Amino acid sequence: MNSDTSARNTKVMNRFDLTSRLIAKLKNEEAVIGGIGNTNFDLWAAGHRPQNFYMLGSMGLAFPIALGVALAQPDRRIFALEGDGSLLMQLGSLSTIATLAPKNLTMVVMDNGIYQITGAQPTPGATVADIVAIATASGLTHSSWAADEDDFERLIEQSMSAAGPTLIGVRIDDKPGTGTTRRDPVQIRERFMHGMGVREPL
Amino acid sequence: MAVVEEKTSPETSEKSWHGIVLQSLKRNDIRLVPYVPDRVLTTLIRSLHADPFFTTFPTAREEEAVGIVSGAWMGGMRGAVLMQTSGFATLANVLASLAIPYQIPLIMFVSERGTLGEFNYGQSLVCRTMRPVLDSLAMEHHTATRLDEFEFIVDRSIKQAITTQAPVALILSPLLTGGKVFDK
Repeated sequence: MNSDTSARNTKVMNRFDLTSRLIAKLKNEEAVIGGIGNTNFDLWAAGHRPQNFYMLGSMGLAFPIALGVALAQPDRRIFALEGDGSLLMQLGSLSTIATLAPKNLTMVVMDNGIYQITGAQPTPGATVADIVAIATASGLTHSSWAADEDDFERLIEQSMSAAGPTLIGVRIDDKPGTGTTRRDPVQIRERFMHGMGVREPL
Repeated sequence: MAVVEEKTSPETSEKSWHGIVLQSLKRNDIRLVPYVPDRVLTTLIRSLHADPFFTTFPTAREEEAVGIVSGAWMGGMRGAVLMQTSGFATLANVLASLAIPYQIPLIMFVSERGTLGEFNYGQSLVCRTMRPVLDSLAMEHHTATRLDEFEFIVDRSIKQAITTQAPVALILSPLLTGGKVFDK
């Protein structure tokens, strides 16, 4: 952890552990959108599902992609996993999501204050920016830091019946991702669309 | 996905360029239209907002809109993005890392600034980057200049994008739209 931001007075957890806890809670073919790099490596390693989408580029677009899926499928719960560096590239998307207010979208920000995959350089907001405060100020009123693993699980469950979009900030350590996503964009998309019920299997 | 044949409403049945865009979107069941505004697109944006068929809203950045319609396509809902030339210039990364490799039929309407009387040097320079970017990515693109060809170009381009799962850029020339009025 590169940050001593007092607002993030929460336990430092592990991304793979939290991702595994999230996946274990899914019972209704919920969609999970992984951001680039370590968030989708850990999503893959937590157990591949046809309802997982893995980004291979387009940094910062995990939440916009998830918003699109949420608008297309309002009866399905959509989760999106994003890093703090990626989110900083696309902070405006928080305002868009707050304005559209899809009830079926849960966003998780994995915050370790570093661009881990490029050599662990600090993000520009590492020591001062509070992602949850930014989200709240963007209009996402259901935004909170998870104090620990149990609190994370509680917030995930709470989000499943929330009246609006939910953002959960988690402080994580600097452990690298587990596993590596298979890097075949068309296969990833086709499987995801099959998982979303809009494509027949090959 | 069902193709919707809607009755045309009086305000959009006129053969204006924006009426043609609206009706072509409808005919091809394109319901989601995020945009970053442009003065020339004002009438189109207003008519999209006025029609409950469409879910249309502003985004903070063009690549955000591309992410949204990409997610929507994967969830079974068709979309298109509206922007101006300078907005297109921000998209090279998302085109090369999302729309093209994942084979997503991204439909873009780009209001062309920077040509035919442009007064802003920055706009004219950024306009010159657009077609080289499209060509270097081997992306389908058409510049619409004539009202009598426009419906054919829009309708066929949308159908091609969807059936070949490839992005397309429809560049709206000032010759078609009248462009920006340079009164200040």
